[in-house]
Amino acid sequence: MTFEQLLELPVYGVPQADKDRILTAELNELTAHHRAHCEPYARLLAQLAPGDADANAPWETPYLPVGLFKSHALASVPPEDVQLVMTSSGTTGQQVSRIFLDKETARRQTLALSRIMQQVLGPDRLPMLVIDARETLADRRNLSARGVGVLGMMNFGRQHLFALDAQMALKLDELKAFLAQHGDKPFLLFGFTFMVWKYLYEPIREMGLDLSQGVLIHSGGWKKLQEQAVGNAEFKAALRQACGLRRVHNFYGMVEQVGSVFLEGDDGHLHPPSFSDVIIRHPETWEVLGPGEKGLIQVVSALPRSYPGHSILTEDLGVVHAVDSPEVERMGKAFEVIGRLPRAELRGCSDTHAFGSAR
Amino acid sequence: MSASVSTLKKAFQDGLAIPADTDFENLTYRGIPQWDSIAHLQLVMEIENNFDVMLPTEDVIDLSSFQKAREILAKHGVTLEA
Repeated sequence: MTFEQLLELPVYGVPQADKDRILTAELNELTAHHRAHCEPYARLLAQLAPGDADANAPWETPYLPVGLFKSHALASVPPEDVQLVMTSSGTTGQQVSRIFLDKETARRQTLALSRIMQQVLGPDRLPMLVIDARETLADRRNLSARGVGVLGMMNFGRQHLFALDAQMALKLDELKAFLAQHGDKPFLLFGFTFMVWKYLYEPIREMGLDLSQGVLIHSGGWKKLQEQAVGNAEFKAALRQACGLRRVHNFYGMVEQVGSVFLEGDDGHLHPPSFSDVIIRHPETWEVLGPGEKGLIQVVSALPRSYPGHSILTEDLGVVHAVDSPEVERMGKAFEVIGRLPRAELRGCSDTHAFGSAR
Repeated sequence: MSASVSTLKKAFQDGLAIPADTDFENLTYRGIPQWDSIAHLQLVMEIENNFDVMLPTEDVIDLSSFQKAREILAKHGVTLEA
């Protein structure tokens, strides 16, 4: 299937059995492509999955632990074709992932993200509130992961207003002017989950502003909010109550697989689009787990061609709640991200040392 | 509606901050350092303002060259004359 044909599939309309079949072919092709074009990957593969046999299912595709993108420079294109190197945010003292993008993979990511977002935003660009500071984009040659996220989403908006100043204070007068002009028709809000809560919700919670026509897309994880006992349900209830914001979609994504993000549906769960999927594995045995069982999240995606990131074992824990559920309009898996595997356990289980030694 | 191709060149000049003597016909997205994803948004705004059109998401993503810009404008009923 060409990439264009893959994109034509209904984003949330492919039953799991068909999707497994389609993705198996795509992933096998990518494994062979990266084996041929990324020498360190070929060497890793020789250890991980000796023999060049094709996978019979997506979960048989060899996977790299996400940490390898920190320790190794993995590219499947010559250096002169690399257009952009994305780096993960990473906490202080940690190494960051480096992801090498050429024109084609960047294009695939943009098109894929656009297909996903159009499912909830429609074809037209909406007036957009960016819950961040313009300064996030100041250093355009060296964008942070946050900057990349903001920029990627700005394609879906028009008449963008950065709602925060450089000190992360809400620009209330400008926000009110934006709402006076656009607030009676659908508009888009985008920001990182924690920032939306701290720099938008908290300052306006008592003000009675009307955001009822807004569609909020947010991402970035719940770690900081969990410390305040705010989870997805509390987050949505608070925004609904404070400013009438009802259309709220969280998404799960990572710099190692930009484009194929997992967007929250009306059921409150995350859904893989037609060109990617999640597989849950036991944190110690790596055995594939079924619905209802918590484990490590593996992400597979048909997008990455310029770096071998089509099958990655993350350090996040999750659970699949349903497959092809008749209760929601979305086919395929419905899942939830529970959190991060604690560091100590990680050392015990994901054994990056063994993979790293293949260097 | 018909408009002049020089208006489109001006939109590219202002949107991407490039000189007037640029080889417009061979311009492509990320083909020059100036046309990055930030400048792209600026370019879209210039085109929308100069030709009084509203580009849907699909066109914003499809807008990958000067030639493409002509095609997209034609789709929105704007023909460019030299």
